[in-house]
Parts: sequence; C-alpha cells; structure tokens
Amino acid sequence: MAFIVVLAVVGIWFVVAYNGLIALRNQTANALKQIDVQLKRRHDLIPNLISSVQAAMDFEKDTLQAVIAARNGAVKAAAGLDPQHVKASAAAEAQLTGALKQLMVVVEAYPDLKATSNMKQFQEELASTENKVSFSRQLYNDTATQYNTKQQQFPTNLVAGFAKAVPAELWEIEDAAERAVPKVDFRRGG
Amino acid sequence: MAEPLTLNLFQQQAANRRKSWFLVGGFLAFFLWLGLGGDLAIWLATKDAAAVGEPAYRHRFPWVGLGLSLVAFFLTMDVLRNGGKRVMKGVGAGELTDPQTPEERQLMNVVEEISIASGVPVPRVYVVSDPDPNAFVTGTQPLEAHLAVTSGLLGILNRDELQAVIAHEMGHVKNEDTRLMTIVAGLGGAIIILRDGLVRGFLRSGGVRTSSRRGGKGGNPLVVIVVVVWLLSWLLAPIIVRLMAMAVSRNREYLADAMAAQYTRNPAALADALAKLESHHQPTKAISTGVAHLCIVDPTGRLANRREGWLASLFGTHPPVAIRVARLRAMAFQNQKRAG
Repeated sequence: MAFIVVLAVVGIWFVVAYNGLIALRNQTANALKQIDVQLKRRHDLIPNLISSVQAAMDFEKDTLQAVIAARNGAVKAAAGLDPQHVKASAAAEAQLTGALKQLMVVVEAYPDLKATSNMKQFQEELASTENKVSFSRQLYNDTATQYNTKQQQFPTNLVAGFAKAVPAELWEIEDAAERAVPKVDFRRGG
Repeated sequence: MAEPLTLNLFQQQAANRRKSWFLVGGFLAFFLWLGLGGDLAIWLATKDAAAVGEPAYRHRFPWVGLGLSLVAFFLTMDVLRNGGKRVMKGVGAGELTDPQTPEERQLMNVVEEISIASGVPVPRVYVVSDPDPNAFVTGTQPLEAHLAVTSGLLGILNRDELQAVIAHEMGHVKNEDTRLMTIVAGLGGAIIILRDGLVRGFLRSGGVRTSSRRGGKGGNPLVVIVVVVWLLSWLLAPIIVRLMAMAVSRNREYLADAMAAQYTRNPAALADALAKLESHHQPTKAISTGVAHLCIVDPTGRLANRREGWLASLFGTHPPVAIRVARLRAMAFQNQKRAG
C-alpha cells in the first residue's frame, strides 16, 4: 500500500515538473518571438528614416552607409533566430544601435532638419522602438533565466532529459557597441 | 523585516507581497469573526439554554456568517462585472483609438512599451480632460484593463516620467489590484449593510441578547465574553474595516512603485514624476473617491497623504509621497551600486 502511495506521489511530481518545463520552454520561445517582432519594426523603420534625412545630409554618406550596412547585417542575423542561437543577432543589433546613435548625433548638427515635424515623429518612433526592443529583451532574459534555472535545479534536472530541455542563450548586450559614447565632432555645423 | 530603504527593488517587492498577504489575511479573519463569531455566541448561548431545559431554539447552522458572506459575494460580483465601464463613464473619459497629436502618439507608444516590459496585454487607453495631473486603471482582469490619464499629466511630464507613471499603473494591472480592492470594498460594504440591520434589530427587540444573557447567568462566562467582544467588534467594524482597507491600499501602492521600477529599470524617473505631480496638484472634479486607490497619487484630499503624522497616514489611500520617493531613490541607488 505504502509503495503504491509513494509511486503515485512520484508520478504526480513527474507530470507536474515535466509540464512546468514545457510551459517555460514555450514561454521562452514566445518571448524571443516578441523580440523578433520588435526587431522587424526597427528594421522597417530605418529605410524611411534614411530617405527622409538623405536630402538634408547629402555629404554625411559614411554615417548613412554605416546605418544601412548595420541594418542589412541585422536583418540577415534575425533570420536564424532561436533560443539556442541568439548571439549573432544580439551582436548585429548592437552594431545597429551604435550606428543609429551616431546618426542621431549627426542630426543634432542640422537644426532645420531636426525641427521638422516629420523628423520629430521619427525620433519618437525610434525612441519607442528602441525601448520596445530593450523591454522585450528584458522579458526574454528573465524568462530564459527562469527556464535555465529550473532545468538545472534538483530535482527538476532529473526530468530535464525527458522534456528535452536545453539551456537557452541569454541576449547579452555587446558592451563595446552599446555602452560607448558616440564621438561628437563639434567643428561641424558650428 | 529589514528597513525598506536599504533594499533593492526585488527585495522590496517580496517584502510588500509578504505584508500584503498578512494584511489581506487579517482582513478576512476579521470578516469571518464578525460573521461566525456571532454564530459561536448564539450557539454557546442556546446550548446552555437547552441544557437548562428551556424549550429554546438551538443554533446549529451558522446563519449569521453565511448571510454576511452572501451579501458580500453579491456586492462584489456586481462591481467586478460592471465596475470598469462604470468608472470610465463616470469620469467622462474619452477613449484614445486613433492618436493624432504627437503627445497622444507618445502616450500610445509608451503604453505599448510597458505592455511589452510587463507582459500585460495592451490596455484600452483613455484621456480625461482635467488639469490635475493624475492617472489610474480599472478593470478586474489583466485582459480587459482600462487605463486613463488626465490631460494635465501629459502636459507636465517628460517621456521617461510618463513611462514611469504608466509602468506604475500597469503594475496595478499585473498585480490585479483592482480585483483585490474591489473584493476588500465588497466585504467592507457587506459589513456596513449588515451592521445597520443588526443595530436596528438589537434596539427594537434585543431578542438574541436577552436569551444570551439568560444563558450567561447559567454559569458560562465564556458566552458573555464572546458576546461582548463580538458586539464591540461590530460597533467598531466600520472604522476597523476602513483602516484595514487603507493599509492594504497603501501596501499595494508601494508594490506598484516597485513593479514600475522593475519594468523601466529607472526608479529615479518615477521619483521625479511623483515630485512633479505633488507640486502641480490641482483640485480635480473628474476623478471620484471611488477610484482614488488606483490613481498614481491621491486625487481627493491629497492633504491626508501629504502630512506625515501617524493619524493622517492611517487614513490615506496612498503613502506620503516623500516616503515613496525615498524608497524609489533607494532602489535607484541599489541599481547603480550593482552596475558598478
């Protein structure tokens, strides 16, 4: 009798632990999809941005080229996005963030361009998109950490093999690109 | 429990949640005592009376407790079902479906951002035209939340501060505070209704009281004690219920502040926003006391929340802004320390 009770308890625990892991795996995948959605938004925004500043900043070709190149690299990296392979995308997006920041610093030197309502709206959309990307990254990292912790903790780690749980990669910020202060050339436009 | 000013945001959240359980548990215990305590007293009294041999009524079923619970249940269900829409109609809020001005667009963007950060579906957004800067949420499920801001709020806050205020409100949604406070209010309302009925009943006939007194004379001081304590509880019930509800409300405000800090990772912005709201306060007509506990700052007599005396803080829906700001600054400090 006691044996049957123990067996039943272990069986129930197994089901609960297994289902918990599956739920977390799906949440992690879903959180990554959320990043993907926001990245698409960001990538779609950039061609419009370029075309609206191009005329005014004809001679800032290098800055614009850098943004376009970074954007194309990010689009390519986003194609192969899954919870086990986020590093490439993270690096490409960081590059794009750096290039966009550089562009915005340059825009500061064009008061006429900056004052247009079109540009103001773009700046708002860009700020919002950047926030959405970083918030969805935050949500993904929190969920993925929860998932990783769960599958490593005893006794859930005994079930991890059955549930085919594999640690998810966190979306780390590339320090060099994201945290660096863009260089500002004060001679231009002044 | 450690001093909140030395805790980071996750520790503050955990501390707030613990305190919340404690407060809500105390509220429920008091509610049960008001109902079942009466049953206990009547049961004890009628048991003795029956033993003495009087052909008295024997109390076997907890009618008082059941009646109180039923009244509370129906009151709460009604508000839970229709509360959100009623409130928005009541304050004359216009839903923002097609944002036109840059300000409105920014508001929608900020709401979408925080919805991502919090994992809460995007709520319906309303703008109340009122110069008093404030914001609140209603709706008893995260799936159908309604978020309103006043036009005064949009006027004075910058983007980061607006984001922080929205994050505080979405923290309320995530914590299901509307539902919690509706239930607390429903229980409180049931107590008030039944108390009025009971007081009238006692004054008119004193039926239960005489029989219990007779039972007490039968040699059971326990009955007397239970009855006296129970009657005293009912006498003081309105004030006790109010104090407990306000304690829960203030606790949920601290928790929503800490949730906002988690979503934006920018507690300093909320501290700045609160300071601005405090200094730009104007009397409001649009927002009623009914939703005061879901606003970012108390819209009504903000004086009660501004003074820091112990009596004033016992009756406020919100903690004093100074203390909230101090706790947020502490979170900001802890964040910085961790970042190096």
